[in-house]
Amino acid sequence: MAVAAQSASEISKKKSSSGSTLLRVGRYTAIRLLTLFVTVVIGVYLTILIANMGGYVDTIMKSQITERITQAAAANPTFRSMTPEQRQQTVQTQIANEENRMGLNTPVVIRNFTYLANALTLNLGRAINMTSDSGSKEVRLIILERLPATLLLMGTSELSLFFISLLLALTLSRRYGSFWDKLVILLSPTSTPPAWFYGIFLILLFAAVFKLLPFGGMIDSPPPTNPVDFALNVLKHLILPASALFISQFFLSIYNWRTFFLIYSSEDYVEMAKAKGLPPRDIERRYILRPTLPTIITQFALLLITVWTGAIVTETVFQWPGLGRTFYRAIGFFDTPVIVGLTIIYAYLLAITVFLLDFVYALVDPRVKVGGNQ
Amino acid sequence: MNTLRNTFKEILRYPSAIAGGAVILLLIAVSIYAVITIPYNDAIRLWRGGEDVWFDSPKFAPPSWINLFLSKKEPVSFAVNTANGTMSKTVTAGAQNTSTINMSYSFDFQYDEYPQEVSIYFTSKYVKKQPFASVQWVTPDGRKIRIDDIALDPQRTLRFSQDQRLIQRLNGEDPMKALFEDPKTHAILKGKYQVQILGVTFEQGSDINAEFVLYGQVAGLAGTDQNRRDLMVALLWGAPIALAFGLLASIGTLVLTMIIAAIGTWYGGWMDDLIQRITEINLVLPQLAILIMVGTFYSHSIWAILGVTILLNIFTGGIKSYRAIFVQVKESMYIEAARAYGASNKRIIFLYLIPRMIPLLIPGLVSSVPSFVFLESTLAVLGLGDPVLPTWGKIIDDAFSNGALYKGYYYWILEPAALLMITGLGFSLLGFALDRIFNPRLRDI
Repeated sequence: MAVAAQSASEISKKKSSSGSTLLRVGRYTAIRLLTLFVTVVIGVYLTILIANMGGYVDTIMKSQITERITQAAAANPTFRSMTPEQRQQTVQTQIANEENRMGLNTPVVIRNFTYLANALTLNLGRAINMTSDSGSKEVRLIILERLPATLLLMGTSELSLFFISLLLALTLSRRYGSFWDKLVILLSPTSTPPAWFYGIFLILLFAAVFKLLPFGGMIDSPPPTNPVDFALNVLKHLILPASALFISQFFLSIYNWRTFFLIYSSEDYVEMAKAKGLPPRDIERRYILRPTLPTIITQFALLLITVWTGAIVTETVFQWPGLGRTFYRAIGFFDTPVIVGLTIIYAYLLAITVFLLDFVYALVDPRVKVGGNQ
Repeated sequence: MNTLRNTFKEILRYPSAIAGGAVILLLIAVSIYAVITIPYNDAIRLWRGGEDVWFDSPKFAPPSWINLFLSKKEPVSFAVNTANGTMSKTVTAGAQNTSTINMSYSFDFQYDEYPQEVSIYFTSKYVKKQPFASVQWVTPDGRKIRIDDIALDPQRTLRFSQDQRLIQRLNGEDPMKALFEDPKTHAILKGKYQVQILGVTFEQGSDINAEFVLYGQVAGLAGTDQNRRDLMVALLWGAPIALAFGLLASIGTLVLTMIIAAIGTWYGGWMDDLIQRITEINLVLPQLAILIMVGTFYSHSIWAILGVTILLNIFTGGIKSYRAIFVQVKESMYIEAARAYGASNKRIIFLYLIPRMIPLLIPGLVSSVPSFVFLESTLAVLGLGDPVLPTWGKIIDDAFSNGALYKGYYYWILEPAALLMITGLGFSLLGFALDRIFNPRLRDI
């Protein structure tokens, strides 16, 4: 909705006679791209700073390395034949090598800028502690491996939520004050608890008490070999987390859309159309949906970004192997490259969406002119 | 004063507002009760306490009121002590400084399940010669079962089901079954049981005290967790913490947002631009992830998390909508008048601009409380809850990590979840009604 407000301010007053359209659009595009890029740079740099904790994470990681290597040395039989000095020296070299590999020897400030430069060029690099299921340390592969799971879960729940609530809201806005309308208003506070909260109840009911659906995960182990069985099995695991995400936003989403449509249906031109005796379907399509299209598109675009990032807690509660859970695990492993990798993708997606939306507005709404207020 | 009364009258016209207000008042009452009956330090000591504090309650016991809904009644846990007189004790002096101490306790056992365990904790006082105790069990049908005869150290625990001599005497049968069932029918024998302890001391001033504990399958009004802790402590103390966290976060966020929006609008220019840019940067930041990072790397303390939450929530969409309103207010006549008589910028911002917004602020304030309460429990469920404070989220986290859902300890999750739900609903209902009262545009819709 915030973006919609922004677009409203960009509604042009009158076409300025000086300067060609191309120049205006070009200049606007350049300024917009620059500010968005600076925003992304600062946002990602802040995330890197927090993820490195001003260098304190280094201390944690160094002590972890020392502990691990000393323990490995104590357990290693080939070390027993060495003299204590030799052993000490070998351990020290190993620790130094390991610190070098993780890049702990470069100062944090410099390392932060390296992270930033790599992140901005989408050179996601290698994870420090995490590995993908196929054994790779490439952040790109770790993310790509988890992406389908997140897209499946978030795509199913968020897309169905979006379209179902939009359609229901449109229907409700036409008969507002009816029983169903009041019911939706009454139930809209049910959207206060987050999705994992409903998830717990769903697990309790359908997995623990009725034993109908699995507690969590994405696939049985061992997975079925037959592709049809495989799909059905994934579907079985998908039902609970997807419904948790769906239920937790359902009524508020309908309520918000309904209120939004109601505001637009009390506009004078809608009254005029009604007075002219146009059929309700036409009024809905031409007089309500058309002017609200920018907002609907904005919401849809923002939704696509959420689909991409996954749901940290819901995925953790349901042990769904998606990006949200990977993010959470990356934080637990102090794995800065993975954290930064996930953040930069999110930041870029958001910036690109915000940038493109300006142009989309101009396409769907003739009142909006790109860079019109400059 | 009149407007306040009118507002209040209007609030009473909304049933949802009354319900929400009642819930909030109830929560405040519970919070006050919790803080008074269990002072802060006691709450921490109880919640952090291990076996030494909670040795006399069972593990994983559901609340005792579930018996009301069960056809097979579960035994309720209890503990009696000779030191505080709940268990009878008579001392008879004998020859040569010896004394005989008779301790006994009778209880009515009308349940359909076996208890988890029966134990006696002896504490005795002596210098050289250890006192001696023999324990006997009397069943309702008059059988007498010898449990054990033991010499007493200063602290001695007799756990019936782990007592090897008793198990041998019972031919390897589980003591809980042997003690509580009819030997012929193998059904639980209901009726009056008695435990009798005969103690002998051999010194002047030597004394024995015993605590008899029957670890039932259910305990207390709230049940217990994996550390035998009574969940009531955390359920009660969760209320003031949830309220404090929710209200502080919500007030802090809204007030700061408003002040910053007012300053930005009033001065305009680069200040306004800066605020807009910060808002855009904040949009790029992964909020929950940053909170998790702060929780993992920096501090588990709930107050640190509170501060970061407020910081992250200042520069969000809200600042833009406030700005939109301030831009209008800025142009109004009374501001112009204030400027004309030479009021300072500070005076105009804090005494003229911001007070105008307060009515608009209240609904948002009330309805944003639940999201912060749930945020705290969300972090707790991720294992980032405050390690010291007992909160509702912590209970859910404990329950989850101990597999409460798999093992069927539903009470453990349902109790805090119900409280969270009630809190959330209370504030949302009230906020919803307030929104309609303070924003009359919404009333027709």
